[in-house]
Amino acid sequence: MGKILEINGPLVKLELPQTVLGEQVRVGRLGLVGEVISRDGNTALAQLYEDTAGLCPGEEAEGLGWPLSVELGPGLLGGIFDGVQRPLQAMWEQSGDRIARGVAVASLPRDRRWHFVPDPGRRAGMPLFGGEVLGTVQETESIQHRILVPPQVQGELLELAPEGEHTVEDVIGRVRLADGRIEKLHLFHRWPVRTPRPFRQRDHAVAPLITGQRILDTFYPLLKGGKAAIPGPFGAGKTMLQHQVARWCNAQIVIYVGCGERGNELTDVLESMPTLTDPHTGRPLMERTLLVANTSNMPVVAREASIYVGITLAEYFRDQGYDVVMVADSTSRWAEALREVAGRLGQMPVEEGYPAYLGSRLAAFYERAGRVETLAGDHGSVTLIGAVSPPGGDFSEPVTSHTKEIIQTFWALSKELADARHYPAVDWLESFSGYVSSAAKWWADNIDPGWEAARAAALDLLAASEELQRIVNLVGVEALSSEQRWTLEAASLIKEGLLQQAATDEVDSFASPEKQFALLTALLDIHRQGMKLVKLGAPARRLIQMPLLAQARRWKSQHSSDDLEALKAKIAAIPAAFEPLLLEYAPAAPSSAMEEIRP
Amino acid sequence: MKNIEFRTAASAQGGLVVMAGVPGVAAGSRVQLRDHAGRVRSGLVIRSANDAVLVEVFEGTDALDLERTWVRFLEEPYKLPVSRDMLGRVFNGSGRPCDGRPPVISADRRDINGEPLNPAARAYPREFIQTGISAIDGMNSLTRGQKLPIFSGGGLPHNRVAAQIVRQAKLLGEEAAEFVVVFAAFGASHADARFFQESFEESGVLNKVVMFLNLADEPVIERLLTPRAALTAAEYLAFDLDYHVLVVMTDMTAYAEALREVAVLRGDVPARKGYPGYLYSDLAELYERAGRIKNRRGSITMIPVLSMPSDDITHPIPDLTGYITEGQIVLGRELSNQGVYPPVTVLPSLSRLMKDGIGKNFTREDHPRVASQLFASYAKALEVRGLAAIIGAEELSDADRRTLAFADAFERRFINQSEDEDRSIHETLNLAWDLLSMLPPESLIRVSEEELAKYHKGAA
Ligand SMILES: Nc1ncnc2c1ncn2[C@@H]1O[C@H](COP(=O)(O)OP(=O)(O)O)[C@@H](O)[C@H]1O
Ligand SMILES: [Mg+2]
Repeated sequence: MGKILEINGPLVKLELPQTVLGEQVRVGRLGLVGEVISRDGNTALAQLYEDTAGLCPGEEAEGLGWPLSVELGPGLLGGIFDGVQRPLQAMWEQSGDRIARGVAVASLPRDRRWHFVPDPGRRAGMPLFGGEVLGTVQETESIQHRILVPPQVQGELLELAPEGEHTVEDVIGRVRLADGRIEKLHLFHRWPVRTPRPFRQRDHAVAPLITGQRILDTFYPLLKGGKAAIPGPFGAGKTMLQHQVARWCNAQIVIYVGCGERGNELTDVLESMPTLTDPHTGRPLMERTLLVANTSNMPVVAREASIYVGITLAEYFRDQGYDVVMVADSTSRWAEALREVAGRLGQMPVEEGYPAYLGSRLAAFYERAGRVETLAGDHGSVTLIGAVSPPGGDFSEPVTSHTKEIIQTFWALSKELADARHYPAVDWLESFSGYVSSAAKWWADNIDPGWEAARAAALDLLAASEELQRIVNLVGVEALSSEQRWTLEAASLIKEGLLQQAATDEVDSFASPEKQFALLTALLDIHRQGMKLVKLGAPARRLIQMPLLAQARRWKSQHSSDDLEALKAKIAAIPAAFEPLLLEYAPAAPSSAMEEIRP
Repeated sequence: MKNIEFRTAASAQGGLVVMAGVPGVAAGSRVQLRDHAGRVRSGLVIRSANDAVLVEVFEGTDALDLERTWVRFLEEPYKLPVSRDMLGRVFNGSGRPCDGRPPVISADRRDINGEPLNPAARAYPREFIQTGISAIDGMNSLTRGQKLPIFSGGGLPHNRVAAQIVRQAKLLGEEAAEFVVVFAAFGASHADARFFQESFEESGVLNKVVMFLNLADEPVIERLLTPRAALTAAEYLAFDLDYHVLVVMTDMTAYAEALREVAVLRGDVPARKGYPGYLYSDLAELYERAGRIKNRRGSITMIPVLSMPSDDITHPIPDLTGYITEGQIVLGRELSNQGVYPPVTVLPSLSRLMKDGIGKNFTREDHPRVASQLFASYAKALEVRGLAAIIGAEELSDADRRTLAFADAFERRFINQSEDEDRSIHETLNLAWDLLSMLPPESLIRVSEEELAKYHKGAA
């Protein structure tokens, strides 16, 4: 037993001779929990996950003998946990609206029984390896929870429970380890959050994560197992974009980590997810979602932990062979928590108060994303999407700039777009994706071989219009040639008819890859047809007045992803809309547009 | 220990006192210091070890004679006695009555730091509050339980806007305001405080207002307590007594500056512009006390007022605030100079909860799209205005000239209104359509074709 020597904010100096770094401690009458972050002889410094007010020097402290760990087993999905995996729903029911200190509630429900079905291949006497599947529990209608052998366990399976109802704590099997000890197996096991879970090997990421957001999927794709960042000033749409991804992406499991952000945003997820349907499985979205929440008013040390709790949960589902997406809102708050503790430890700040290890911590965290071959020989992935909240919206600040070097997909949000309520406010010039060629292969195989070229054409058009806009801002639009004015108009059509996609638009909130591609090629077709006319001498003014342009801007909101036939009919009629002008400006030549619509 | 006076002050500097030889003092505990003149100051334990206890003194450590300073540790955090009788009363910045009337008697004394609300206990705010101000209701609407600050600058009419909101705020279909108001001023001038007091008086709500005043000439460190005391009162009124509480706090910049002052004294590592890295968490502890709770009737709607140093929205105080609050109403000097009241610059303004509290079952079906269209058209119009400034208005095309006329009308007729003008949301939306009708229907693609047909005055 040790005791408290000094209390300084969330840091507590303890007399605790035998402790090791990272060990969990429980201190004081209130039984507050924390972890040891430095040691010096018989004294140790611990950071506590809860507010330290009321603690007195001299009160007792004890080491718990393990590092910060999470419970992994059935009962996670649909739940909301705090930064150290306490179940917030259960805590609300037990201790009321406010989070009282020192409340200890098991992460997984202890009384709930699960229907366990042993893996038919497992027999007593067979060798058993860490990470293998012992059996399954149908946790929600859409997700089968695979019960895994804890990664460090290896030996001979002595017995395995038959099919039946079990609580997470029931012994469902026994293993004889190499040293002869007998290890009991349960429906759950614990894993220390700061240690990445092991796998056989890394795999190449191959398939894009379909989010249903055109600016993401079509322009700056992310792969399953990839790493992405969403930087942007406040109000630019980081959270909404993450909500959109969490809602509509084609991952099997979604881990939403609210790290130092608003309480109401988690409430929003909790209230909306159960009412929404997964477009890929038709099941309520909450069945595949779990939340980790350390809101901005919750203690800051647990904020630092919450990111690791989230990623460990993600790895655990990956190890079951699932494609997992973790969104973290916001990694900046995590970095700030790191900074706060570093400051109290008196560590030398290097940039804007951040400690020197900020970059390496960030990199190590993102490194836990990836597509892997699991210990059981399956394939699973963790895709990581972190929001970044740069002070003053300045992307050159430390967290944004370090992150930018680590990730492959960068969805940069722009204040100007957000101010004009162009959502998602993803800046098409600042953003990038290192995954375009891999994604192109998938689009070519599954949607259309023309995807990569069409994407490039649209981006070229946007870049060209940016140049032209600069000229317009200097001398006015009248100075442009008809060709240039048509380019501007077509780019604006792409922006409004394709890139802009309101999360609140019920029809267009999610767009399937087919719809994305149909709209993309349709708008490019309008551009091409118009350009042909301009080259024939038609003034851009005439083209810009065509009702088709206003109509095409509305198509996205008129046709949902499962009503593409009507959209395709409108697209097929594009050439006809140009027909009168074509007759006017190329009366002698036989109409090429007519040829195109001829069967 | 509560009754023992220690005379072991070892050092004192700029608001901090180190006490030696006082073992076992609880962190965060309240402290009372009696100086040689018999004056009592109050403080807080911010670091505690057996050999040295660090105390932050709210009234400062000026003229403190260490040999003749007696210190008592009260063994509890700062608490506020709460009761219904707070309504109509005025308290100082640390929660003691200062209206010459007797103290509020209550056995119910609450830790002013509050406790974090469990996110699972929150109910999402969805009820539209009509403020009668078009720029807010139409484009940045407020919902019950939201925290929506006013970003302003020296000399701008933020106080008048806040007071107008307090006067006019009501739920749709409701006759009069059924709010009670908690008003907290820190670092505010006497004139500002008087302005609010008189405005509450005029609208006859003074008996429904609780005031906490720490004015510009009062102790700086006490400002760290003022919003906490006020929010403790608000929480009690909302979640114990079922009131809908409107909290107005001014000025958050004075609060943050006080925090910086203390941080410097403590030697905390500064992050940006000398503000401590924990400014974000500290502000969040205040702002996140707004909201609604499941199974409770009351609510806390918060309107903090914040003056942006040098009108700079990227300054740490507005920046971190914007990262926490559910939007912001930004007042602009340019509009104000042109005589527009309220000078709301709509583009950088935002209400994050608007999308869930307007539209079909809340205000009017077309509201979300009309708002979006106004933003888009006005943003476009500002571009044209910028262009006109360069190439001259004569060079503009007809279409551009129409757009310019729209921008002017939008500012003069939609944003601009008088201080006692209380527009219903229908009036606001109809006005919006009047203005949108100045633009050709085919340029309005954010509203639906049906809405164009129904509301656009020039539609075929
Ligand atoms: N994709 C979107 N569709 C519609 N509205 C959006 C979208 N993204 C952002 N918004 C609007 O902008 C507001 C701020 O977005 P949010 O994601 O909360 O910003 P951030 O997290 O960057 O501060 C939202 O409340 C919403 O009104
Ligand atoms: Mg956000």
